[in-house]
This record gives sequence, structure tokens and C-alpha cells, in this order.
Amino acid sequence: MTEIRKNYVRPLDIKHGQVDMAHGSGGRAMEQLIEELFARHLGNEYLAQGDDGALLPHPGAGQLVMATDSHVVSPLFFPGGDIGCLSVHGTINDVAMMGAKPLWLSAGFILEEGFKLADLARIVQSMAAAAKDAGVPVVTGDTKVVERGKGDGVFITTTGVGVVAPGQALSGRRAQVGDAILVSGTLGDHGMAIMAERESLGFESPIVSDTAALHGLIEAMRQSGADIHVLRDPTRGGLATTLNEIAKQSGVGMMLQEKALPVKPAVNAACEFLGLDPLYVANEGKLVAICADLDAEKLLAAMRAHPLGQDAAIVGRVHEDPHHFVQMTTGFGGKRIVDWLSGEQLPRIC
Amino acid sequence: MKYIDEFRDGDVARGLAEAIRREARPDRRYHFMEFCGGHTHAISRYGVSDLLPDTVRMIHGPGCPVCVLPIGRVDQAIGLALEQGVTLCTYGDCLRVPASDGLSLLKAKARGGDIRMVYSSADAVALAQKHPDKQVVFFAIGFETTTPPTAVAIKQAAALGLKNFSVLCCHVLTPSAISSILESPEVRQWGTVPLDGFIGPAHVSTIIGSRPYEFFAEEYRKPVVIAGFEPLDVMQAIRMLIRQVNQGRAEVENEFSRAVDRDGNRKAQQLVAEVFEMRKHFEWRGLNVLPYSALRIRSQFAEFDAEKRFALSYRPVPDHKACECGAILRGVKRPQDCKLFGTVCTPENPVGSCMVSSEGACAAHYTYGRYKDVA
Repeated sequence: MTEIRKNYVRPLDIKHGQVDMAHGSGGRAMEQLIEELFARHLGNEYLAQGDDGALLPHPGAGQLVMATDSHVVSPLFFPGGDIGCLSVHGTINDVAMMGAKPLWLSAGFILEEGFKLADLARIVQSMAAAAKDAGVPVVTGDTKVVERGKGDGVFITTTGVGVVAPGQALSGRRAQVGDAILVSGTLGDHGMAIMAERESLGFESPIVSDTAALHGLIEAMRQSGADIHVLRDPTRGGLATTLNEIAKQSGVGMMLQEKALPVKPAVNAACEFLGLDPLYVANEGKLVAICADLDAEKLLAAMRAHPLGQDAAIVGRVHEDPHHFVQMTTGFGGKRIVDWLSGEQLPRIC
Repeated sequence: MKYIDEFRDGDVARGLAEAIRREARPDRRYHFMEFCGGHTHAISRYGVSDLLPDTVRMIHGPGCPVCVLPIGRVDQAIGLALEQGVTLCTYGDCLRVPASDGLSLLKAKARGGDIRMVYSSADAVALAQKHPDKQVVFFAIGFETTTPPTAVAIKQAAALGLKNFSVLCCHVLTPSAISSILESPEVRQWGTVPLDGFIGPAHVSTIIGSRPYEFFAEEYRKPVVIAGFEPLDVMQAIRMLIRQVNQGRAEVENEFSRAVDRDGNRKAQQLVAEVFEMRKHFEWRGLNVLPYSALRIRSQFAEFDAEKRFALSYRPVPDHKACECGAILRGVKRPQDCKLFGTVCTPENPVGSCMVSSEGACAAHYTYGRYKDVA
């Protein structure tokens, strides 16, 4: 008599269903969406606690690092990734660039009424796979739904928490005169992948986003024993903007060598075609490292030995400059400023 | 990249620089104006001036379409978007051009104007087809290079019978701008702007050919060398200009022979002539009102003329008092001579139009060269 009919509530129709306002209502529909979609794919012991927040173990010695990043990329799916894995990689990288080991993520979803559940499932699966690969679980989350026309499919905000061992914290303030500037690989891949997709530029060799979590590469760099002063991921605004930020924070100038900058031929061609400069185009799986000059070769070797750093290169040096200019010796033989990005080169890139 | 890198080769550049140094006479100075923003950009971006001897000075010309667009025209476009509720399409560079009341198209967009950035005039036509309930206006700017695509768009719209597409035509003509500079008192009477020759337009010349410049060479005794937009093109053209000056010649020479011939693109010229006719006068930013210097849409295509469809009238608006864009566009002043340069006026917050486009003299100097001012 008291047997509970298990399938009384019809399962979520992931194949044909759409997000509706009830999915954000806090009621049964939302509960179902969380159970059958989010918890199913992202599931882990902390998420399974089912409370309003996650109860986490104390990470031990060191300082905590927390970083947050909102993702509004358009299109949601692009060659090499989608908003799901991007939202995991982006925040892990922000935590890792502080010198920390990323431990946990939270994820907040803003869904637009009418968004296909099949697309949402694809995105959540991609997030889950990225989180699993990175070993950084999503431990808590939130879902809201806005009326049709008030969002653009889905926006995802992720927050990451990590721990940095005593004395290991990094900062953009630590670049020193004489330091070497390294990049971990080719520039502008993510931005041009998005741009090519958005403008339906049918390039023969498709440009693929480099979206990736970089904490593994950083660990390998640490183990080389090189004296790393600054790490930063050159996302929006590209390498140029990132280096200008560091130059300002550290109160130094920089000189790049144009010939040393790694750029894929397809990205270069697409930039040429669209009148863009790869130095200003976003990356999602690359980092800039600034280290003591004596350690540069050692660090370069460690980066190149890692799958995410195969195309790493030493691209410049830090020097004294009261104006904090980033300059470049052009392949042509002249000199020029590599300025901050002005205006918006590519909106909604991540 | 193939066919591009060859024109940016540092070793060839050093060889050319050496040749220029050898040929430039130490006892005189050479002042050349590069007409186009494309050349200005290449010179700044690749550091071409670093490779030139001190005796050679490059003067930036007015050939940057966004830079010569007067406030009154941008105001018209903003008015269409904000007051008439049209969907206004334009090339990206236009969005940040400062207009009246602290507005720009970008700011008008934030205020709710339906303003779209397009990559070609065809995108605007496609938008009109897709949204038959909206009036779509293409804000058409630029020199002769961008004029044929606008003509195509108008003909396309006519063929499709579109009732919701029109063009706010602000196309201008290169030869008029060159005349205006050569006729300016600074060049002609006072000699305050010494001008020994021109680097002639690259892309514009693919359309109009090299013939239109022959008049300037003969009448004003100024050598013209048409050059491509790659840094080696520019250096080669400088060398050719120095030779002409040294030999007392004033001819039109063509460095950009891989793309330009004497007659240009006849088909494009015919298309333009079919759709457009001369305006009696047109205001340019910095050069004031120039006679027969711009195009308007022929009456045959009047229904696609936004000025007629929306009964627009033109109200000229003076530039900011301290802004030196006018003098800079005529070669009278350099960007760093302007009080506003780099302080009040920056690429983030442009006061004058030369700070907007990457081809503008001020933006190019700010972005690529300002370290030289403080060194």
C-alpha cells in the first residue's frame, strides 16, 4: 500500500525540452533540473550534501585564494570548446595564476526561458568533464531563469577557491628589471576561433580555441625550480593588455621581440584578413611567465616538456622605464609601443 | 604569411634604408606627405621612421575616412537612430567618432539606438531583407575604395525592390582633398608646410588608377609615387620620391604596380557613375567645405537616399576649440603639437577624429610612437 511510485514525476525531457520559468522557481521543477542534470553530471560528495552551501575541509597551511569569472561568450559552442568547459578553465586559471592550487569551484547559471535542455545538458557535461580532468570539483551552485529575450541562452559565473603554500604567492607587482618574459604557446587562438565562428568565416583549416586549465603546466614550471615572479593568463585584451597591466603594477617597462612571438599561421592570416592584431586577441589556455633572467632557459625547457607548453617561447625582457611602456622591436627593424587595448576589439569573447 | 611577409622583411628593409641614406642629399631636407591613413598606420606600426635619415620627414595626410567625417554628418546618423528609430549600419571605425553633445554612435547605441557594426554594405542589405518592418540605413563613408560596394548595395536593393533600405551617403573624393592641401595658403603662399612630394593612395588607386594624379604632378610640380600599404612599399616609395626630387622631376610613378594601373577599375568607375553624382560642396573635418569633393545619390535612385527619405538637413558643427585635427589633417601641425594630445584626448576618450581610427595620425602616434616624445 505504501509503495512509492518511483516514476510518478516524469523525467526531464532532455532531448526535446526547453527551460521554462518554473525551472528557476525554487519548486519541484527546479529540484528536478538540479537532480537530473546538474547533480547527475557534476556530482561529487560536496554537491551531494544538498545544502545551500558546501561544507568543505580546511585546506591546511597557507593562504586561501578566491577568484570569480562570469562567462557570456557568444556563440555558446565554438571549435575547441563551449561555454561549459570555458567557465571551468577560466576560473581555475585565475586561481592558479596567483600561485595557488585550485581546490573547488562554484557555478551560477542564468538561463533564458526557452533555452534547449539538450544544449544545457551538453554544456553541463562539458563542464563536468573539464572539472574532472582538472581534478577541481564543482561543489555548489545556483540556477536562475530569466524571461525570453532577457538573456542570451545561458550565462555562467564560476568562483574558484584554492590554497597557496606559504611564500609561494605570485602577483603582478613582482616583475623586476632584467627579468625574462615567456609565453606558454601560440597567441590569439581563442579569440580568432570565436571570431571565425561568429562571422562564419569558412577557413580551410579551422582555428580551434585553446581553452584549457593551466594548473598542471604551472606545477611543472614550479618543479623546474625557476624563480618565477609573475604568472598571468592573457585573456581579454590579449598579451598586449596583460603585459601593460603587469608593467604598471610592477612599475617597470618591457621590450618584446616581434620575431619571437609564437602565432599560428592560420590565426595570423585571419587577423590580417579582419584587420586585427594577434597581440590583442584573447587566449584561454596560455600564460605569461616573468622570471629571473638566469632561470629563463630552465623554465622554458620545463614549459616545452608539458603538453600545454610545447610552443613556449622567451619573447622579451623587463627593463627600467618610468613611463611603464611596453615596447616591441618589430620584425621590420623599427620600434613601437604595444599599447593597452582601446575600445572593444571583440565583444563577448568569454 | 605568404605574399605578406615578403613585404615586411626586416633584412630587405635595412637594405632599403641604407639605399635611402645613400641617395638622400645631406645638404637638403625632404618633406613627403603620405596621403592615406593606411600608410600612416604602416609607418607607425612598423617603425618605418626609425629607419629613415633625419633629413627625411613624413607628414601625415588627410586620407583617413573616419578622420575627415565632420561632426554634422555623425549627428545626422545619430539622429536617424535615436529620433527616427531606424536600424543604422556602419563600419566599426565610425562608432567612436565624437559628435555633438558628447555623443558618438557607440554612446547612442547605449542609449537605445539600434546601431549595428557591419563588415560590408551587403550585410546592411541582408539586414533590411531580414527585417522588412524596420527601416535600415547604411551610413556610407570612405574614399573611392568603399564607394563601389555602396553602389552595389543600392543597385541590389533596387533589384530586390526593398522599401526599407537607404544610404546616408558621405563618400568623399581623394583628388579634391589633395587639391585642397596644395591650394592651402600654408603650402602655396606662406610655405609654412614644405611639401616635396606625395605618397599616393594604394587601395583608392586600384579603383581610380594613377591618371588622376598626373594633374598634381604637372600643375603643382609635385612628384607622386603610388605605394602599397606594406612597410616595404612605403620605403620603396620614399626612395623613388627622393630620386625624383634629386633629379628635379615631378612625375606620377607607380610602386604598387602589382595592383594599380593607369586607368584603374573601369567597371567599378562605371558602377559609381551610374549610382552617384558630384555634390556641389561637402564639409570635411579639418579641411572645411570643399567644392565638388563628395558624392550624392543620383535622383534615379532617390528612394534609397536617406537624406531624402528622412528629409534630413545638414547643420555644420565646429570642432572642439583646442582640437588641432584640422591643422594636423592639412600637415600644418603634428599630433604632439596639440595641447589635448594624450591628456584630454586619448583613444579611449577621443576629442578629435584623428584619435579615433587606428589610421588617424593622432591615434597612430599615440598607440605606436609616443615613447619618442618622452625619451
